[in-house]
Amino acid sequence: MAKKKKRASFQANAPLLSQLDVISLLDSMTLGVLFMDPARRVIAINRFLEALTGYNREEVVGVHGENVIRSNLLSKGDPVGKALESDETMTLEGDIINQSRKKNPIRFTIAPLKLTTGKKAGVMILLEDISLLKDLDNKIHGFSGQERIIGNSRKMHEIFELLPITARTDASVLITGETGTGKDLVAEAIHKASKRSRYPFIKINCGALPESLLESELFGHVRGAFTGADRDKPGMFRLAHGGTLFLTEIGDLSLPLQVKILTVLDDKEFFPVGGSKKVSVDVRIITATNRDLGELVKLGEFREDLYYRLNVLRLHLPPLREREDDFRLLLDHFFLEFKANLHKKLKGFSADCLKILSFYSYPGNVRELRNIVEYAVNVCPNGTIRPEHLPKTLLTMPQASTPSALDREVTSKAGNEKSMSGNPAKMTSSAILSPGGWGQVEKNIILKALTTTRGNRSRAAELLGWSRSKLWRKIKHHALE
Amino acid sequence: MKILITIHKDEVAPRFDQTSEILITETEGEKITGEPRIILLPGTSGEDICGLAIKENISLVICGGIEDTHYQYLKWKKIKVVDGVIGPYQQALNSAVTNHLKPGVILPGAGISGEQSR
Repeated sequence: MAKKKKRASFQANAPLLSQLDVISLLDSMTLGVLFMDPARRVIAINRFLEALTGYNREEVVGVHGENVIRSNLLSKGDPVGKALESDETMTLEGDIINQSRKKNPIRFTIAPLKLTTGKKAGVMILLEDISLLKDLDNKIHGFSGQERIIGNSRKMHEIFELLPITARTDASVLITGETGTGKDLVAEAIHKASKRSRYPFIKINCGALPESLLESELFGHVRGAFTGADRDKPGMFRLAHGGTLFLTEIGDLSLPLQVKILTVLDDKEFFPVGGSKKVSVDVRIITATNRDLGELVKLGEFREDLYYRLNVLRLHLPPLREREDDFRLLLDHFFLEFKANLHKKLKGFSADCLKILSFYSYPGNVRELRNIVEYAVNVCPNGTIRPEHLPKTLLTMPQASTPSALDREVTSKAGNEKSMSGNPAKMTSSAILSPGGWGQVEKNIILKALTTTRGNRSRAAELLGWSRSKLWRKIKHHALE
Repeated sequence: MKILITIHKDEVAPRFDQTSEILITETEGEKITGEPRIILLPGTSGEDICGLAIKENISLVICGGIEDTHYQYLKWKKIKVVDGVIGPYQQALNSAVTNHLKPGVILPGAGISGEQSR
Protein backbone atom coordinates (compact mmCIF):
# COMPACT_ATOMS: atom_id res chain seq x y z
CA MET A 1 0.00 0.00 0.00
CA ALA A 2 2.78 2.40 1.07
CA LYS A 3 4.71 1.46 -2.06
CA LYS A 4 1.72 2.23 -4.25
CA LYS A 5 1.36 5.64 -2.59
CA LYS A 6 5.01 6.38 -3.14
CA ARG A 7 4.78 5.42 -6.80
CA ALA A 8 1.69 7.59 -7.20
CA SER A 9 3.43 10.61 -5.70
CA PHE A 10 6.46 9.97 -7.94
CA GLN A 11 4.21 9.86 -11.02
CA ALA A 12 2.58 13.07 -9.92
CA ASN A 13 6.02 14.67 -9.89
CA ALA A 14 6.97 13.32 -13.33
CA PRO A 15 6.19 16.60 -15.18
CA LEU A 16 8.44 18.38 -12.68
CA LEU A 17 11.24 15.91 -13.43
CA SER A 18 10.88 16.46 -17.16
CA GLN A 19 11.23 20.21 -16.63
CA LEU A 20 14.41 19.96 -14.56
CA ASP A 21 17.44 21.75 -15.93
CA VAL A 22 19.46 18.53 -16.21
CA ILE A 23 22.63 20.16 -17.48
CA SER A 24 22.78 22.59 -14.53
CA LEU A 25 22.24 19.63 -12.24
CA LEU A 26 25.06 17.70 -13.92
CA ASP A 27 27.28 20.78 -13.76
CA SER A 28 27.14 20.66 -9.98
CA MET A 29 28.55 17.11 -9.93
CA THR A 30 32.19 16.28 -9.29
CA LEU A 31 32.02 13.55 -11.94
CA GLY A 32 32.51 13.94 -15.66
CA VAL A 33 29.33 13.15 -17.62
CA LEU A 34 29.16 12.44 -21.35
CA PHE A 35 25.99 11.75 -23.30
CA MET A 36 26.40 10.16 -26.73
CA ASP A 37 23.87 9.31 -29.43
CA PRO A 38 23.71 5.79 -30.95
CA ALA A 39 26.33 6.90 -33.53
CA ARG A 40 28.61 7.71 -30.57
CA ARG A 41 28.50 11.43 -31.22
CA VAL A 42 28.48 13.85 -28.31
CA ILE A 43 25.08 15.16 -27.28
CA ALA A 44 26.27 16.95 -24.15
CA ILE A 45 29.04 17.05 -21.56
CA ASN A 46 29.00 18.61 -18.11
CA ARG A 47 31.34 21.23 -16.65
CA PHE A 48 33.50 18.71 -14.80
CA LEU A 49 34.17 16.84 -18.03
CA GLU A 50 35.10 20.14 -19.67
CA ALA A 51 37.75 20.51 -16.97
CA LEU A 52 38.85 16.87 -17.22
CA THR A 53 39.28 16.93 -20.99
CA GLY A 54 40.01 20.60 -21.63
CA TYR A 55 37.23 20.82 -24.21
CA ASN A 56 34.42 23.31 -24.27
CA ARG A 57 30.96 21.72 -24.54
CA GLU A 58 29.81 23.82 -27.49
CA GLU A 59 32.77 22.86 -29.68
CA VAL A 60 32.42 19.11 -29.18
CA VAL A 61 28.70 18.60 -29.77
CA GLY A 62 28.42 16.27 -32.76
CA VAL A 63 32.04 15.07 -32.51
CA HIS A 64 32.71 11.38 -31.81
CA GLY A 65 32.80 10.98 -28.03
CA GLU A 66 36.02 8.98 -28.13
CA ASN A 67 37.82 11.93 -29.72
CA VAL A 68 36.81 14.06 -26.73
CA ILE A 69 37.65 11.75 -23.84
CA ARG A 70 40.56 9.94 -25.56
CA SER A 71 40.28 6.89 -23.34
CA ASN A 72 41.85 3.48 -23.55
CA LEU A 73 38.39 1.84 -23.56
CA LEU A 74 39.06 0.55 -27.05
CA SER A 75 41.65 -1.85 -25.67
CA LYS A 76 39.12 -3.12 -23.12
CA GLY A 77 36.78 -4.82 -25.57
CA ASP A 78 34.67 -1.82 -26.63
CA PRO A 79 32.34 -1.52 -23.61
CA VAL A 80 30.56 1.45 -25.25
CA GLY A 81 29.53 -0.78 -28.14
CA LYS A 82 28.32 -3.42 -25.67
CA ALA A 83 26.27 -0.84 -23.76
CA LEU A 84 24.69 0.29 -27.02
CA GLU A 85 23.75 -3.26 -27.94
CA SER A 86 22.56 -4.45 -24.54
CA ASP A 87 20.86 -3.03 -21.47
CA GLU A 88 23.93 -3.62 -19.37
CA THR A 89 25.58 -0.98 -17.21
CA MET A 90 29.24 -1.61 -16.62
CA THR A 91 32.02 -0.10 -14.55
CA LEU A 92 35.67 -0.40 -15.42
CA GLU A 93 38.95 1.37 -14.87
CA GLY A 94 41.15 2.93 -17.51
CA ASP A 95 42.61 6.29 -18.36
CA ILE A 96 42.16 9.35 -20.54
CA ILE A 97 44.56 11.87 -22.06
CA ASN A 98 43.48 15.49 -21.81
CA GLN A 99 44.33 18.52 -23.94
CA SER A 100 47.34 19.26 -21.71
CA ARG A 101 48.72 15.82 -22.72
CA LYS A 102 48.24 14.48 -19.22
CA LYS A 103 47.11 10.93 -18.63
CA ASN A 104 44.57 10.61 -15.81
CA PRO A 105 43.35 7.32 -14.30
CA ILE A 106 39.56 7.16 -14.57
CA ARG A 107 36.76 4.89 -13.36
CA PHE A 108 34.22 4.69 -16.18
CA THR A 109 30.58 3.83 -15.65
CA ILE A 110 28.89 3.16 -18.97
CA ALA A 111 25.12 2.96 -19.11
CA PRO A 112 22.71 2.74 -22.03
CA LEU A 113 20.29 5.65 -22.44
CA LYS A 114 16.65 4.81 -23.05
CA LEU A 115 13.63 6.93 -23.79
CA THR A 116 10.42 6.40 -21.80
CA THR A 117 9.11 4.55 -24.85
CA GLY A 118 11.91 2.01 -24.40
CA LYS A 119 13.75 3.14 -27.52
CA LYS A 120 17.54 3.25 -27.25
CA ALA A 121 18.83 6.81 -27.29
CA GLY A 122 22.56 6.29 -26.87
CA VAL A 123 25.00 5.94 -24.00
CA MET A 124 25.92 7.86 -20.89
CA ILE A 125 29.49 7.66 -19.58
CA LEU A 126 30.38 8.81 -16.08
CA LEU A 127 34.06 9.54 -15.58
CA GLU A 128 35.43 9.56 -12.05
CA ASP A 129 38.98 10.87 -11.65
CA ILE A 130 40.69 8.26 -9.47
CA SER A 131 44.19 9.78 -9.43
CA LEU A 132 43.92 10.23 -5.67
CA LEU A 133 42.87 6.63 -5.08
CA LYS A 134 45.69 5.44 -7.31
CA ASP A 135 48.18 7.57 -5.38
CA LEU A 136 46.87 6.16 -2.11
CA ASP A 137 47.12 2.67 -3.51
CA ASN A 138 50.68 3.34 -4.57
CA LYS A 139 51.45 4.73 -1.12
CA ILE A 140 50.14 1.58 0.56
CA HIS A 141 52.27 -0.48 -1.77
CA GLY A 142 55.33 1.61 -1.07
CA PHE A 143 55.23 4.22 -3.81
CA SER A 144 53.60 7.59 -3.35
CA GLY A 145 52.86 10.21 -5.99
CA GLN A 146 55.23 12.54 -4.19
CA GLU A 147 58.02 10.10 -4.75
CA ARG A 148 57.85 11.14 -8.37
CA ILE A 149 59.85 14.08 -7.07
CA ILE A 150 63.08 12.33 -6.37
CA GLY A 151 65.81 13.77 -4.22
CA ASN A 152 67.93 13.11 -1.22
CA SER A 153 69.95 16.30 -1.14
CA ARG A 154 69.62 18.79 1.67
CA LYS A 155 67.94 21.34 -0.61
CA MET A 156 65.33 18.84 -1.78
CA HIS A 157 64.66 17.78 1.81
CA GLU A 158 63.86 21.40 2.58
CA ILE A 159 61.35 21.37 -0.30
CA PHE A 160 59.79 18.11 0.90
CA GLU A 161 59.35 19.59 4.36
CA LEU A 162 57.62 22.66 2.94
CA LEU A 163 55.24 20.77 0.64
CA PRO A 164 52.71 19.59 3.25
CA ILE A 165 52.70 23.03 4.90
CA THR A 166 52.06 24.65 1.53
CA ALA A 167 49.29 22.17 0.76
CA ARG A 168 47.44 22.90 4.02
CA THR A 169 46.78 26.57 3.24
CA ASP A 170 44.98 28.35 0.42
CA ALA A 171 47.65 31.02 0.04
CA SER A 172 49.22 31.71 -3.35
CA VAL A 173 52.42 29.84 -4.08
CA LEU A 174 55.27 31.02 -6.28
CA ILE A 175 57.58 28.26 -7.51
CA THR A 176 60.85 29.43 -8.95
CA GLY A 177 63.69 27.51 -10.50
CA GLU A 178 65.48 26.97 -13.77
CA THR A 179 63.95 25.07 -16.64
CA GLY A 180 63.68 21.33 -16.04
CA THR A 181 63.88 21.50 -12.25
CA GLY A 182 60.38 20.07 -11.69
CA LYS A 183 58.18 23.10 -11.05
CA ASP A 184 55.15 21.43 -12.64
CA LEU A 185 55.57 18.29 -10.52
CA VAL A 186 55.76 20.33 -7.34
CA ALA A 187 52.67 22.36 -8.25
CA GLU A 188 50.72 19.19 -8.89
CA ALA A 189 51.96 17.58 -5.68
CA ILE A 190 50.73 20.61 -3.71
CA HIS A 191 47.32 20.38 -5.37
CA LYS A 192 47.03 16.64 -4.76
CA ALA A 193 47.92 16.99 -1.10
CA SER A 194 45.47 19.88 -0.60
CA LYS A 195 41.79 19.83 0.27
CA ARG A 196 41.09 20.93 -3.31
CA SER A 197 42.41 17.67 -4.73
CA ARG A 198 38.94 16.41 -5.70
CA TYR A 199 38.55 19.42 -7.97
CA PRO A 200 40.42 20.20 -11.18
CA PHE A 201 44.08 21.10 -11.43
CA ILE A 202 44.44 23.23 -14.52
CA LYS A 203 47.76 24.32 -15.95
CA ILE A 204 48.22 27.17 -18.37
CA ASN A 205 51.46 28.42 -19.87
CA CYS A 206 51.36 32.23 -19.87
CA GLY A 207 54.26 32.39 -22.29
CA ALA A 208 52.76 30.14 -24.92
CA LEU A 209 49.89 32.30 -26.09
CA PRO A 210 49.54 35.86 -27.40
CA GLU A 211 47.98 38.31 -24.95
CA SER A 212 44.48 38.47 -26.43
CA LEU A 213 44.22 34.70 -26.72
CA LEU A 214 45.56 34.18 -23.21
CA GLU A 215 42.99 36.59 -21.79
CA SER A 216 40.22 34.63 -23.45
CA GLU A 217 41.77 31.31 -22.30
CA LEU A 218 42.00 32.51 -18.71
CA PHE A 219 38.79 34.46 -18.29
CA GLY A 220 36.65 33.06 -21.09
CA HIS A 221 34.58 35.16 -23.44
CA VAL A 222 30.98 35.70 -24.36
CA ARG A 223 29.57 35.08 -27.79
CA GLY A 224 30.29 37.98 -30.13
CA ALA A 225 33.09 39.41 -27.95
CA PHE A 226 35.39 39.47 -30.95
CA THR A 227 35.55 38.19 -34.52
CA GLY A 228 35.38 34.42 -34.41
CA ALA A 229 33.84 34.24 -30.91
CA ASP A 230 30.78 32.40 -32.15
CA ARG A 231 29.98 30.86 -28.75
CA ASP A 232 30.56 31.40 -25.04
CA LYS A 233 33.79 30.05 -23.63
CA PRO A 234 34.09 29.40 -19.89
CA GLY A 235 37.84 30.06 -19.49
CA MET A 236 40.34 28.36 -17.22
CA PHE A 237 39.40 30.28 -14.07
CA ARG A 238 35.85 28.98 -14.27
CA LEU A 239 36.94 25.46 -15.20
CA ALA A 240 39.27 25.35 -12.20
CA HIS A 241 36.47 26.40 -9.83
CA GLY A 242 37.02 24.69 -6.48
CA GLY A 243 40.46 23.52 -7.55
CA THR A 244 43.84 24.96 -8.45
CA LEU A 245 44.96 27.06 -11.39
CA PHE A 246 48.64 26.67 -12.16
CA LEU A 247 50.03 29.58 -14.16
CA THR A 248 53.45 28.67 -15.45
CA GLU A 249 55.89 31.17 -17.00
CA ILE A 250 54.10 33.93 -15.06
CA GLY A 251 57.04 36.26 -15.78
CA ASP A 252 55.92 36.38 -19.41
CA LEU A 253 52.48 37.75 -18.52
CA SER A 254 51.70 41.16 -20.07
CA LEU A 255 51.04 44.15 -17.78
CA PRO A 256 47.30 44.50 -18.67
CA LEU A 257 46.71 40.84 -17.86
CA GLN A 258 48.68 41.21 -14.63
CA VAL A 259 46.10 43.82 -13.55
CA LYS A 260 43.26 41.45 -14.34
CA ILE A 261 44.88 38.57 -12.42
CA LEU A 262 45.43 40.89 -9.47
CA THR A 263 41.75 41.80 -9.49
CA VAL A 264 40.71 38.14 -9.45
CA LEU A 265 43.10 37.42 -6.59
CA ASP A 266 41.64 40.30 -4.58
CA ASP A 267 37.94 40.10 -5.43
CA LYS A 268 37.63 36.44 -6.47
CA GLU A 269 35.49 37.59 -9.40
CA PHE A 270 36.03 38.88 -12.91
CA PHE A 271 34.34 39.87 -16.16
CA PRO A 272 34.77 37.42 -19.08
CA VAL A 273 36.03 39.08 -22.27
CA GLY A 274 33.14 41.06 -23.74
CA GLY A 275 30.90 40.15 -20.81
CA SER A 276 28.91 42.49 -18.59
CA LYS A 277 28.13 39.98 -15.85
CA LYS A 278 30.70 39.28 -13.17
CA VAL A 279 31.68 35.68 -12.55
CA SER A 280 32.67 34.51 -9.06
CA VAL A 281 35.27 31.81 -8.64
CA ASP A 282 36.97 29.98 -5.82
CA VAL A 283 40.37 29.05 -7.20
CA ARG A 284 43.78 28.65 -5.61
CA ILE A 285 46.59 30.13 -7.65
CA ILE A 286 50.00 28.51 -7.98
CA THR A 287 52.48 30.27 -10.24
CA ALA A 288 55.89 29.32 -11.55
CA THR A 289 58.66 31.02 -13.43
CA ASN A 290 62.29 30.57 -14.32
CA ARG A 291 62.78 34.33 -14.43
CA ASP A 292 63.73 36.61 -11.56
CA LEU A 293 60.42 38.34 -10.79
CA GLY A 294 62.12 40.74 -8.36
CA GLU A 295 64.36 41.91 -11.18
CA LEU A 296 61.35 42.23 -13.53
CA VAL A 297 59.65 44.42 -10.90
CA LYS A 298 62.73 46.68 -10.82
CA LEU A 299 62.66 46.89 -14.63
CA GLY A 300 58.97 47.81 -14.51
CA GLU A 301 57.97 44.69 -16.44
CA PHE A 302 56.10 43.07 -13.56
CA ARG A 303 53.70 44.75 -11.17
CA GLU A 304 55.07 44.98 -7.67
CA ASP A 305 51.65 44.53 -6.04
CA LEU A 306 51.03 41.33 -8.02
CA TYR A 307 54.52 40.09 -7.18
CA TYR A 308 53.81 40.40 -3.45
CA ARG A 309 50.36 38.89 -3.90
CA LEU A 310 51.79 35.80 -5.67
CA ASN A 311 54.88 35.51 -3.53
CA VAL A 312 53.03 34.60 -0.32
CA LEU A 313 54.63 31.17 -0.15
CA ARG A 314 57.75 30.63 -2.16
CA LEU A 315 59.47 27.45 -3.17
CA HIS A 316 62.77 27.67 -4.98
CA LEU A 317 63.75 24.46 -6.75
CA PRO A 318 67.49 23.99 -6.96
CA PRO A 319 69.14 23.25 -10.28
CA LEU A 320 70.64 19.81 -10.70
CA ARG A 321 74.19 21.07 -10.20
CA GLU A 322 73.22 22.14 -6.67
CA ARG A 323 71.83 18.69 -5.92
CA GLU A 324 75.11 16.82 -5.97
CA ASP A 325 73.76 13.91 -3.88
CA ASP A 326 70.84 13.48 -6.26
CA PHE A 327 72.67 13.07 -9.54
CA ARG A 328 73.34 9.35 -9.10
CA LEU A 329 69.94 8.77 -7.53
CA LEU A 330 68.16 10.35 -10.50
CA LEU A 331 70.43 8.64 -13.00
CA ASP A 332 69.67 5.22 -11.52
CA HIS A 333 65.97 6.00 -11.23
CA PHE A 334 65.63 6.99 -14.88
CA PHE A 335 67.79 4.10 -15.98
CA LEU A 336 65.57 1.58 -14.16
CA GLU A 337 62.41 3.30 -15.39
CA PHE A 338 63.38 3.23 -19.07
CA LYS A 339 64.95 -0.21 -18.83
CA ALA A 340 61.65 -1.58 -17.51
CA ASN A 341 59.54 0.39 -20.02
CA LEU A 342 61.59 -0.76 -22.97
CA HIS A 343 62.02 -4.33 -21.67
CA LYS A 344 65.80 -4.13 -22.06
CA LYS A 345 68.31 -6.24 -20.24
CA LEU A 346 70.94 -3.58 -19.64
CA LYS A 347 73.51 -3.77 -16.86
CA GLY A 348 74.18 -0.09 -16.27
CA PHE A 349 76.65 2.61 -17.29
CA SER A 350 80.34 2.07 -18.00
CA ALA A 351 82.89 4.05 -15.95
CA ASP A 352 83.77 6.25 -18.98
CA CYS A 353 80.14 6.95 -19.56
CA LEU A 354 79.55 7.89 -15.92
CA LYS A 355 82.53 10.21 -16.06
CA ILE A 356 81.10 12.06 -19.07
CA LEU A 357 77.69 12.25 -17.45
CA SER A 358 79.00 13.49 -14.12
CA PHE A 359 81.15 16.17 -15.76
CA TYR A 360 78.34 17.55 -17.87
CA SER A 361 76.69 20.75 -16.62
CA TYR A 362 72.99 19.95 -17.41
CA PRO A 363 71.67 23.37 -18.36
CA GLY A 364 68.31 21.62 -18.88
CA ASN A 365 68.51 20.12 -15.39
CA VAL A 366 66.58 16.96 -14.45
CA ARG A 367 64.57 16.97 -17.68
CA GLU A 368 67.78 16.94 -19.70
CA LEU A 369 69.27 14.16 -17.60
CA ARG A 370 66.08 12.14 -18.10
CA ASN A 371 66.18 12.67 -21.87
CA ILE A 372 69.83 11.66 -22.04
CA VAL A 373 69.16 8.44 -20.10
CA GLU A 374 66.14 7.68 -22.27
CA TYR A 375 68.23 8.16 -25.39
CA ALA A 376 71.04 5.97 -24.07
CA VAL A 377 68.70 3.17 -23.00
CA ASN A 378 67.02 3.28 -26.42
CA VAL A 379 70.25 3.30 -28.36
CA CYS A 380 72.22 0.72 -26.35
CA PRO A 381 71.31 -2.73 -27.72
CA ASN A 382 72.44 -4.74 -24.68
CA GLY A 383 75.09 -5.02 -21.97
CA THR A 384 76.54 -1.80 -20.60
CA ILE A 385 75.82 1.73 -21.78
CA ARG A 386 79.04 3.16 -23.18
CA PRO A 387 79.96 6.70 -24.35
CA GLU A 388 78.99 5.92 -27.94
CA HIS A 389 75.42 5.33 -26.74
CA LEU A 390 75.14 8.86 -25.37
CA PRO A 391 73.69 11.67 -27.53
CA LYS A 392 76.37 12.96 -29.88
CA THR A 393 75.71 16.53 -28.79
CA LEU A 394 76.82 15.57 -25.29
CA LEU A 395 80.11 14.18 -26.54
CA THR A 396 80.92 17.12 -28.77
CA MET A 397 79.63 19.88 -26.50
CA PRO A 398 82.30 21.69 -24.49
CA GLN A 399 81.30 20.83 -20.96
CA ALA A 400 79.58 23.55 -18.93
CA SER A 401 80.66 26.13 -21.42
CA THR A 402 77.23 27.34 -22.42
CA PRO A 403 76.59 30.94 -21.51
CA SER A 404 73.44 29.96 -19.64
CA ALA A 405 75.43 27.70 -17.37
CA LEU A 406 77.96 30.38 -16.64
CA ASP A 407 75.37 33.04 -15.99
CA ARG A 408 73.65 31.18 -13.25
CA GLU A 409 73.64 31.97 -9.62
CA VAL A 410 75.77 30.26 -7.05
CA THR A 411 75.40 26.71 -5.97
CA SER A 412 74.80 25.65 -2.42
CA LYS A 413 78.43 24.78 -2.20
CA ALA A 414 79.22 28.24 -3.41
CA GLY A 415 77.34 29.38 -0.33
CA ASN A 416 79.71 27.34 1.78
CA GLU A 417 82.59 28.74 -0.09
CA LYS A 418 81.46 32.21 0.59
CA SER A 419 81.01 31.64 4.25
CA MET A 420 84.57 30.43 4.20
CA SER A 421 85.84 33.50 2.46
CA GLY A 422 83.48 35.79 4.29
CA ASN A 423 81.98 37.26 1.11
CA PRO A 424 78.31 38.29 0.85
CA ALA A 425 75.82 35.60 0.01
CA LYS A 426 75.58 36.34 -3.68
CA MET A 427 78.21 36.09 -6.36
CA THR A 428 78.27 35.15 -9.99
CA SER A 429 78.77 31.55 -10.81
CA SER A 430 81.66 32.26 -13.13
CA ALA A 431 83.82 32.14 -10.02
CA ILE A 432 82.50 28.70 -9.21
CA LEU A 433 81.42 27.17 -12.47
CA SER A 434 84.29 26.61 -14.78
CA PRO A 435 84.44 24.66 -18.01
CA GLY A 436 84.32 21.06 -16.86
CA GLY A 437 80.86 20.93 -15.35
CA TRP A 438 79.91 19.95 -11.86
CA GLY A 439 83.00 17.76 -11.44
CA GLN A 440 85.26 20.78 -11.94
CA VAL A 441 83.12 22.93 -9.67
CA GLU A 442 83.35 20.31 -6.95
CA LYS A 443 87.10 20.05 -7.38
CA ASN A 444 87.46 23.84 -7.06
CA ILE A 445 85.33 23.88 -3.93
CA ILE A 446 87.39 21.15 -2.30
CA LEU A 447 90.61 22.96 -3.17
CA LYS A 448 89.25 26.20 -1.79
CA ALA A 449 88.17 24.51 1.45
CA LEU A 450 91.55 22.86 1.83
CA THR A 451 93.33 26.15 1.16
CA THR A 452 91.16 27.97 3.69
CA THR A 453 91.84 25.35 6.36
CA ARG A 454 95.53 25.12 5.37
CA GLY A 455 95.19 21.51 4.43
CA ASN A 456 93.33 20.41 7.56
CA ARG A 457 90.97 17.78 6.18
CA SER A 458 88.78 17.52 9.27
CA ARG A 459 88.10 21.26 9.24
CA ALA A 460 87.68 21.28 5.47
CA ALA A 461 85.09 18.47 5.73
CA GLU A 462 83.33 20.43 8.45
CA LEU A 463 83.25 23.56 6.27
CA LEU A 464 81.85 21.61 3.36
CA GLY A 465 79.27 19.93 5.57
CA TRP A 466 80.64 16.50 4.65
CA SER A 467 81.93 13.61 6.66
CA ARG A 468 85.70 13.05 6.64
CA SER A 469 85.25 9.83 4.68
CA LYS A 470 83.21 11.62 2.01
CA LEU A 471 85.88 14.28 1.66
CA TRP A 472 88.52 11.56 1.46
CA ARG A 473 86.57 9.78 -1.31
CA LYS A 474 86.15 13.02 -3.22
CA ILE A 475 89.86 13.85 -2.88
CA LYS A 476 90.68 10.42 -4.27
CA HIS A 477 88.10 10.83 -7.04
CA HIS A 478 89.54 14.17 -8.16
CA ALA A 479 93.14 12.97 -7.70
CA LEU A 480 93.91 15.83 -5.34
CA GLU A 481 96.35 13.89 -3.23
CA MET B 1 58.85 16.05 -45.76
CA LYS B 2 57.80 12.68 -44.37
CA ILE B 3 54.52 12.65 -42.43
CA LEU B 4 53.14 10.03 -40.05
CA ILE B 5 49.45 10.07 -39.09
CA THR B 6 47.94 7.80 -36.48
CA ILE B 7 44.61 6.70 -37.92
CA HIS B 8 41.45 4.85 -37.01
CA LYS B 9 39.16 4.05 -39.93
CA ASP B 10 38.90 7.31 -41.90
CA GLU B 11 39.80 9.57 -39.01
CA VAL B 12 42.85 10.63 -37.02
CA ALA B 13 43.03 8.10 -34.16
CA PRO B 14 41.79 9.55 -30.85
CA ARG B 15 44.92 8.42 -29.00
CA PHE B 16 48.53 8.12 -30.08
CA ASP B 17 49.43 5.22 -27.77
CA GLN B 18 46.29 3.22 -28.57
CA THR B 19 46.47 3.48 -32.32
CA SER B 20 46.51 0.33 -34.39
CA GLU B 21 47.11 1.86 -37.81
CA ILE B 22 49.48 4.50 -39.08
CA LEU B 23 49.76 6.22 -42.42
CA ILE B 24 53.12 7.35 -43.73
CA THR B 25 53.39 9.64 -46.68
CA GLU B 26 55.91 11.95 -48.27
CA THR B 27 55.36 15.47 -49.53
CA GLU B 28 57.26 17.90 -51.65
CA GLY B 29 56.17 21.50 -51.35
CA GLU B 30 52.40 21.34 -51.27
CA LYS B 31 52.18 18.02 -53.11
CA ILE B 32 51.91 14.48 -51.82
CA THR B 33 54.48 12.38 -53.61
CA GLY B 34 54.15 8.65 -54.03
CA GLU B 35 51.58 6.28 -52.62
CA PRO B 36 50.87 6.66 -48.88
CA ARG B 37 51.66 3.53 -46.87
CA ILE B 38 49.27 2.23 -44.22
CA ILE B 39 50.88 0.04 -41.58
CA LEU B 40 48.91 -2.11 -39.13
CA LEU B 41 50.37 -2.17 -35.63
CA PRO B 42 48.86 -4.95 -33.52
CA GLY B 43 49.43 -4.41 -29.80
CA THR B 44 51.74 -1.44 -30.27
CA SER B 45 52.64 1.03 -27.53
CA GLY B 46 53.40 4.74 -27.70
CA GLU B 47 57.11 3.96 -27.33
CA ASP B 48 56.95 1.68 -30.37
CA ILE B 49 55.35 4.39 -32.49
CA CYS B 50 57.99 6.89 -31.34
CA GLY B 51 60.68 4.35 -32.32
CA LEU B 52 59.03 3.82 -35.69
CA ALA B 53 58.83 7.58 -36.33
CA ILE B 54 62.58 7.87 -35.70
CA LYS B 55 63.38 4.81 -37.79
CA GLU B 56 61.30 6.12 -40.68
CA ASN B 57 62.92 9.57 -40.48
CA ILE B 58 59.58 11.26 -39.97
CA SER B 59 59.50 15.07 -39.87
CA LEU B 60 55.88 15.56 -38.82
CA VAL B 61 53.54 13.47 -36.67
CA ILE B 62 49.81 14.18 -36.79
CA CYS B 63 47.83 12.55 -34.01
CA GLY B 64 44.98 12.86 -31.52
CA GLY B 65 45.68 12.82 -27.78
CA ILE B 66 49.29 12.14 -26.91
CA GLU B 67 50.96 11.80 -23.53
CA ASP B 68 53.45 14.55 -22.71
CA THR B 69 56.31 12.05 -22.38
CA HIS B 70 55.86 10.92 -25.97
CA TYR B 71 55.30 14.46 -27.19
CA GLN B 72 58.46 15.78 -25.51
CA TYR B 73 60.45 12.80 -26.74
CA LEU B 74 59.43 13.38 -30.36
CA LYS B 75 60.11 17.10 -30.00
CA TRP B 76 63.51 16.29 -28.58
CA LYS B 77 64.17 14.13 -31.63
CA LYS B 78 63.33 17.22 -33.74
CA ILE B 79 60.06 15.72 -34.96
CA LYS B 80 57.24 18.26 -35.19
CA VAL B 81 54.01 17.06 -33.57
CA VAL B 82 50.57 18.44 -34.38
CA ASP B 83 48.41 16.80 -31.73
CA GLY B 84 44.81 16.94 -30.58
CA VAL B 85 43.59 16.77 -34.18
CA ILE B 86 39.98 15.58 -34.59
CA GLY B 87 38.55 14.67 -37.97
CA PRO B 88 39.16 12.76 -41.22
CA TYR B 89 42.86 12.03 -41.71
CA GLN B 90 42.71 13.00 -45.38
CA GLN B 91 41.55 16.49 -44.40
CA ALA B 92 44.26 16.65 -41.75
CA LEU B 93 46.88 15.65 -44.30
CA ASN B 94 45.68 18.21 -46.83
CA SER B 95 45.78 20.96 -44.22
CA ALA B 96 49.24 19.85 -43.06
CA VAL B 97 50.61 19.96 -46.59
CA THR B 98 49.44 23.56 -47.01
CA ASN B 99 50.79 24.33 -43.53
CA HIS B 100 47.33 25.13 -42.14
CA LEU B 101 46.99 22.31 -39.62
CA LYS B 102 46.97 23.55 -36.04
CA PRO B 103 47.16 21.53 -32.80
CA GLY B 104 43.77 20.89 -31.18
CA VAL B 105 41.82 21.59 -34.36
CA ILE B 106 38.40 20.03 -34.89
CA LEU B 107 38.19 19.62 -38.65
CA PRO B 108 34.90 20.33 -40.43
CA GLY B 109 34.37 16.65 -41.29
CA ALA B 110 34.68 15.48 -37.65
CA GLY B 111 31.73 13.40 -36.50
CA ILE B 112 29.83 13.41 -39.77
CA SER B 113 31.04 10.01 -40.87
CA GLY B 114 28.45 8.29 -38.71
CA GLU B 115 29.15 5.46 -36.32
CA GLN B 116 32.79 4.78 -35.61
CA SER B 117 32.78 1.04 -35.68
CA ARG B 118 35.44 -0.59 -33.56
